[in-house]
Amino acid sequence: MATSATGHTGHGGRARAGWYKRNEIALTPWLFLIPGILFFAVYVIIPIFQSVWISFHEWDGLGAKEWVGTANYERLLTDDRKFDVSFWNNIRWLFLYLLAIPAGLFIALFLNQTVFGIRLYKSLFFFPFVLSQVVVGLVFSWFYLPREGLLNALLAVFGLGPVNILGDPNLATYGIIAASLWPQTAYCMILYLTGLNAVDPEQVEAARLDGAKGWKMLWYVILPQLKPATFIAFVVTIIGALRSFDLISVMTNGGPFGSTRVLSFYMFEESLSEFGFRMGYGAAIAVVLFFIMLGFIAYFLWSMWREEKGAR
Amino acid sequence: MFPKPIEQRGPGAKLTYQAILPLALIMWLLPLIAVAVFSIKPDADFTNGNYWGPPSSFEFFTNYGRVFFESDMPRYMLNSLLITIPTVIGAVALSSLTGFALGIYKFNGNLLIFFMFIAGNFVPFQILMVPVRDLTVSMNLYDTKTGLVLFHIAFQTGFCTLFMRNFIRQLPFELIEAARVEGVAEWRIFWFVVLPLMRPALAALSVLIFTFIWNDYFWAVVLTQGPDSQPVTAGITAFNSQFRAAYHLMSAGSIVAALPPVLMFFLMQKHFIAGLTLGAVK
Repeated sequence: MATSATGHTGHGGRARAGWYKRNEIALTPWLFLIPGILFFAVYVIIPIFQSVWISFHEWDGLGAKEWVGTANYERLLTDDRKFDVSFWNNIRWLFLYLLAIPAGLFIALFLNQTVFGIRLYKSLFFFPFVLSQVVVGLVFSWFYLPREGLLNALLAVFGLGPVNILGDPNLATYGIIAASLWPQTAYCMILYLTGLNAVDPEQVEAARLDGAKGWKMLWYVILPQLKPATFIAFVVTIIGALRSFDLISVMTNGGPFGSTRVLSFYMFEESLSEFGFRMGYGAAIAVVLFFIMLGFIAYFLWSMWREEKGAR
Repeated sequence: MFPKPIEQRGPGAKLTYQAILPLALIMWLLPLIAVAVFSIKPDADFTNGNYWGPPSSFEFFTNYGRVFFESDMPRYMLNSLLITIPTVIGAVALSSLTGFALGIYKFNGNLLIFFMFIAGNFVPFQILMVPVRDLTVSMNLYDTKTGLVLFHIAFQTGFCTLFMRNFIRQLPFELIEAARVEGVAEWRIFWFVVLPLMRPALAALSVLIFTFIWNDYFWAVVLTQGPDSQPVTAGITAFNSQFRAAYHLMSAGSIVAALPPVLMFFLMQKHFIAGLTLGAVK
């Protein structure tokens, strides 16, 4: 690469330059990293270990911690009905939330055209993702209202309903997941739209000449090229499923009869609720959730690491 | 291009497609449209049970006026701004440093530190909750905007570092080598060579972080209480209990609360989407 001289005097005097100058390339990255690492360690890395430590105690957040060994975990895993409900709801979330990926792909395929105004349509389809989960939760809880909600007004047109989705312990979790799928589908859609934009047109044409079309084309030619988008969609969807908290807190606050609790919400409830601060027990729930997530995190990191190795 | 461009299927197909598009959009945004309609209805419509008929009068100004002048909403909005903007600046500044260090230099532990940032970015919030709350209380920052900002900066640094580092990796490394041959100091390379090239990444990240932080609810509830420091996501629950069952006002309130990131998205759409989809294309 050609560069013009910028008038800097060359290397004279650099040998005599200070210790810093001589080790500049080795030292600079660490100087640049220090503030970031410091912040991240204090607020993210160290608290993980502190939480694990707290989970072996009984603690109200103020007084002295009392060591109880694995008692919190024993209670959690043997006789805590709330924990069971939360855990199975997490599993439901995990599977149903993944529907956002095919749904997003479907909308992306639908919108991947070049008619007039399509850009505006794409942004408007994407826009639920920009809303905060709190607003999405409110919007959907009003949508579901048995008397005032639009859903029941529409069902009534077909002679159905009314259903009180958020008031029914068997339906409430599914109602919340449906609400959460709305912004998540929008996100997956935008990932796939970007991916579709970069699909190699020559490959598509070649496949067309070979007679591939429709599903076959999608499955054998398009989807392999969308792999990076699919990977990101998986990562954010799985993390999002296990992080679900806002919608539950806003839409049902764990109810009715505790049927919509998930681990993240149950943890919050135990640690910071009006029933008193049971930080030790809460921390134990958080640790269980953390280990569930760690499985996924390890897999994601492993995939990324393989790619890094391939890159250099 | 896949699917096959609609024009190639004849004019009938194109017209059908263009007719379906707006219908599909209305279906997709239906819950939101319902809220928007609610927000301009008069109180009387709700007492008369006229939920889904046309509004009996247009009360946009009354309803939104009450949100702005008869509630704590403006304070919550201001808090949200005062939390979001410093976080954006802090997180973007820290991560352009870490991203530069991890993207440019080869040293032992580079990948390890990089992966630590990524992994930390994925952990459940709950595993951090008790210690972070404790730390914030002990620094006398509980229920302050500063306490929330410091945590957000730290946590967002994880995601931002991932973003910046991958972006810097795509820059031509010859530029840095050329500058080194010229004898330019490393920090000057960062400031004068790399940073100007990072402008698109800085813009994309700023928009994204603005949206993420504006929309944060969990940490707002954990680290703050009351209108002195709570952002709008947490404040809206207090707002809703003030106007319990007044759906026209609650709807107007949530639209107001949602507006800033929506504006940000429509104004900075290109950067926003470039940021969200980084890595979706190889």
